[in-house]
Order: sequence, then structure tokens, then C-alpha cells
Amino acid sequence: MKTCLIVDDSKVIRKVARHILETLDFAVTEAADGREALEQCRQSTPDVVLLDWNMPVMSGMEFLRALGTETLSHRPKVVFCTTENGMAHIRAAIEAGADEYVMKPFDRETLHSKLQIVGVA
Amino acid sequence: MTMAVQPIDSGCARLLAGLLEQRTGQRIAPNRSWRLDTALKPLLAGLAIHDVDDLARRLREGRDEVLADKVVDLLLNQETSFFRDAGVIESAAQAVAVPLAAGMPVHIWCAACATGQEALSLAMLFAERKAAERWPRMPEIIGTDVSAAAIARARQGSYSQFEIQRGLPVRRMMEWFAPDGDGQWGATPALLNTVTYRRHNLVAEPPPAGRYDLILCRNVLFYLVPRLREQVLERLAGALKPGGLLLLGAGETVIGLSDRLRPSRRLRGFYEATGCPSTAPGGAAEVAREAQSS
Repeated sequence: MKTCLIVDDSKVIRKVARHILETLDFAVTEAADGREALEQCRQSTPDVVLLDWNMPVMSGMEFLRALGTETLSHRPKVVFCTTENGMAHIRAAIEAGADEYVMKPFDRETLHSKLQIVGVA
Repeated sequence: MTMAVQPIDSGCARLLAGLLEQRTGQRIAPNRSWRLDTALKPLLAGLAIHDVDDLARRLREGRDEVLADKVVDLLLNQETSFFRDAGVIESAAQAVAVPLAAGMPVHIWCAACATGQEALSLAMLFAERKAAERWPRMPEIIGTDVSAAAIARARQGSYSQFEIQRGLPVRRMMEWFAPDGDGQWGATPALLNTVTYRRHNLVAEPPPAGRYDLILCRNVLFYLVPRLREQVLERLAGALKPGGLLLLGAGETVIGLSDRLRPSRRLRGFYEATGCPSTAPGGAAEVAREAQSS
């Protein structure tokens, strides 16, 4: 079973994403900000991280940069999932090392499709 | 509290399903007649028509061709996405890569292309390989669909946020599309101009002029009434160049339906023309038989 870490400060978004991911046979963990997510990655690195952009404590971009400096068992795929839907944000995320980008709002097909593209679904 | 679903009068359901079948050959199975209600809801709201039964009455009474067209458009199965079955799309592009690399003209027909995502997926692959491998030319790609609304949208090359994210890798989205400020994402002219679209009824019209190196007709036969599957395959076989390839949807086959097509010996998953003459009514074989007997 593949594992996905959902990183989002919105409980509602985490709940919706968890529901979708579980129907796609993922084992899901959650974090409410980048720092918590980084700590979880150190303990058990997921196959994929679904990452919000704007969060308190540590943003998605800060998490992504910090992830690159960590020594982990493997490098998880990172899929941004955010309301930042402009081309400048998308470009910045990809240049910083994100593998894919989901623009909110999203549905099951979108998420499934992006996870297939990064090779985890 | 659950809302009670108002059952559609079976006579009305038959009339609407019959209209779709008569115009496009697509059949709605009786156990899926609930689709009529869900698919037609936006039209009913827009035209202040009370319900599907009321719509059926209007169609029965008048000769409102515009309304009938709109109904057919909404009832058609237009399910599509970018890079649907990505491996298959890549195989299709690879199937004509050799002649393209050699600078030979290649003609591709995306039959029943809906809103254009399949044709554009191929176009992106070809454009990328043309640039990377310095191919002298792009193939000519024509996309056709029976729905005027779908073809109009394909020509616009404008997709919603949901559509643009289904199947399309973000790097390709950045390369080939731009947000239009209205929540839609538009294909760049460089991409859009590589495909020509036209309205075409696969079951009622001869294929678009020309012979094709590659025809994609995926997930279409499945929805057609059986007698029309043979007829459509006959037409597709006749539209292939010698050595041309046909690609159907997963689970669709020519076996038992056409002796003019057989699984390709060169490429798994494709079909090629056998060279057998047509056996369709009015086809070459029948004309020849009639000439001999007279």
C-alpha cells in the first residue's frame, strides 16, 4: 500500500483529501504545517506528499526547500495542492523541485490523475 | 431527507434515446435512462422547461431542430481527458514516428474527438519530438466529432481548471497552455494550429477526405448499436492508407465485425487493413459481384 502525507492547515481539506486518497488505496497521515510534516518525513518517509502552499509555522515552499537538505530513506514525490493558481506560483513550485501541481478546488479524478503522473497511483 | 427521483415517462425516455440513436448510433441502455434526467438538467433550466417529459413533448410536437441538436449534444458521451491511457497515446505517436522523422507527410484522424484533448495530446508529443529530434515536419491532424458544441469548444482550445488538470502533466500545461484570466486555460496558438477540427457524423457520413496513416477511434464502438459497429469499421478501413493503422479503445475489437481489418503484425494493440474488398452494402465487393452476375 502506498503512503501519502497530507500537509494542510485546513482540517476540512485534510478530511476531503484523506477520503479520496483512502478510496485510492493509500495509507494516509496528516500534518497541519511544514515543520510537522518535516518531522513526520524524518520518522517515516511517505511515497508522496500532498502539500499546501500557505500554512502557519512553515509554508509549503519552506518545507520543500528543507526537504531537499534532509537525508531520508528516499525522496518522496511532492505534489503541491493549493489555491495559488497563477502561472508564477506554479513555475516557482516546479523550479523549487515539486513534481506536480494541483490547483484547488480539486476532485477525485484530478487527484488520481496527478498521482498517476508522478507514478504513485 | 432524500429527494424522491421523479421517474421519466418511459415513452418520453424512448423518444429521447431514439433521437440520440437515430442521429449518432449511440444507444442508452434502458437501465441507464436516469442519464437522460441528469444530462438534460442544464438545458431544462436554461430554457425554463419544466421536466424531461415536457421536453420530450416539445420535441414530439414541433420541428425544433436547434433544440433537438442541443438534446443530442447533451446526451452524447463526451468523456475525454488529456493523455487518456497515456501509454496508448505514446504508442500512437511512436507508430508514425519513423515516417515523420524521415520528413514524409503523415495524416492522422482523431474520430469522435469530443472537445479535442486527445488530438492536442498527440500534437504536444509530436511538437516536442519535432523540436528535440529536429523532425522536418509535423503530421496533419484532423479531429472530428458529431457534436457541434464539442467541435466549437475544441476549436477554442479552452479548458476549465478541472479539465486542464486531468491527465496533463504540469510541465506540459506550463509549456502549451496559459490562463485566460477567467478560470479557463487556453491552448497556445502554436499548439492549437496543429489540429484542424470539423463536425462529422461517423455513422452517417463518409470519412473526411483523404487517406490516413493513423486513425484513432477510441471508446466509440462500445456505445454504438451492433449493426453500426460493422458499418463504422468498414468506413475506417476504407480511410486507411495501405499500411495505415487503426487504434480502438481498450476492450474494443474488430474481431467478428470486419474482415477488412486485422490485428497489426507490426504493432501490438493496433489494427491494419487486410486489403480485402468492402462487403458493405454498396461497397466495392458488392458492386463487383453485381457486375459479374449481370
